[in-house]
Amino acid sequence: MRASTLRVVITGFAWAALTLPAGAQAQNAPKIESLRGDVPVEATSNTDISNWEGDQHAIPRDFVQQPPLIPHSIKGYTVTKNFNKCMDCHSWSRYKEKGAVKISLTHFKDRDGNELSNLSPRRYFCLQCHVPQANTTPLVENTFKPVGALAK
Amino acid sequence: MSQQQNGSWLGRVWGWLKRIGPWTAIGLFAGGVIAWGGFNWSLELTNTERFCISCHEMQENVFKEYRNTVHYTNRTGVRATCPDCHVPREWVHKIVRKIQASNELWHHMLGSVDTPEKFNAKRLVLAQHEWDRMKKTDSRECRNCHGYDYMDYTEQGRRSSAQHIKGFSEGKTCIDCHQGIAHALPPIEQNIGAPKEQVTLSR
Repeated sequence: MRASTLRVVITGFAWAALTLPAGAQAQNAPKIESLRGDVPVEATSNTDISNWEGDQHAIPRDFVQQPPLIPHSIKGYTVTKNFNKCMDCHSWSRYKEKGAVKISLTHFKDRDGNELSNLSPRRYFCLQCHVPQANTTPLVENTFKPVGALAK
Repeated sequence: MSQQQNGSWLGRVWGWLKRIGPWTAIGLFAGGVIAWGGFNWSLELTNTERFCISCHEMQENVFKEYRNTVHYTNRTGVRATCPDCHVPREWVHKIVRKIQASNELWHHMLGSVDTPEKFNAKRLVLAQHEWDRMKKTDSRECRNCHGYDYMDYTEQGRRSSAQHIKGFSEGKTCIDCHQGIAHALPPIEQNIGAPKEQVTLSR
């Protein structure tokens, strides 16, 4: 056949090979639910988290690489292009005065591994990794126990 | 009749009053009340949130930012609207501010900040004006509602009570720390990434 037709046929086979087995597998996979439950993304979820924890002492980590949880209220704290409110207390220049934890040195590396002189752009949005806590029941009942350095 | 020397000021006023008669005098007084009341009423109309946001520069920029903050909506529903923070309550200070406000009318006419880009270009200058004003008056407008001496530190969180006690003992005023409480902050230099315009917050 012609080169262009052969290209289309091969692409078609590749697409089928990749998508069809995955489709079959998805039907047998266990049903995982998030906080949203069955509510599709376009609709409003009926999650009702309202009892956010206020100021407390540092929350122990569950695994060594865990980004520490935020042990205080972050109501009204915004991180924008103009101003990063988190860095107002957690930067190396202000943490002592504010009695806060300073951001880890790991936050100073850019994506090529170079050390920068302050917070790297890839770590600018704190809430992508660090979250506050709410006083609710666990999503899934569990008996998680940390291993290694944190095992009791 | 307590009439002093014929040419005295008081004597002439009393003479005039006697000439026009009591009803006219009362009528004049009532007219004065209505005139002053009308003046005050119109002035107070310019002291409302509705009036402030009738300018789209305010409505599109600072009002929308303020709607995400605690002074707009909160647990108890106690609010501070535009005049509560930006117009002094004491009469003399209020009138001075109102006269200064003609500058704002002027710039509204010129369209100095009538697009988001123009507004954000001037945000730093405008914010600094307000911060300077509040610093000069020891945050007078904040203290219309928030009394330092009546703060119950047992109700505040761990960090707030520590910071308030420390701040007040250092002689700080509200605006020294609570910049950005109601409207979005202009670019602040935090030494992260590319340099911004030189504003560091005065904390």
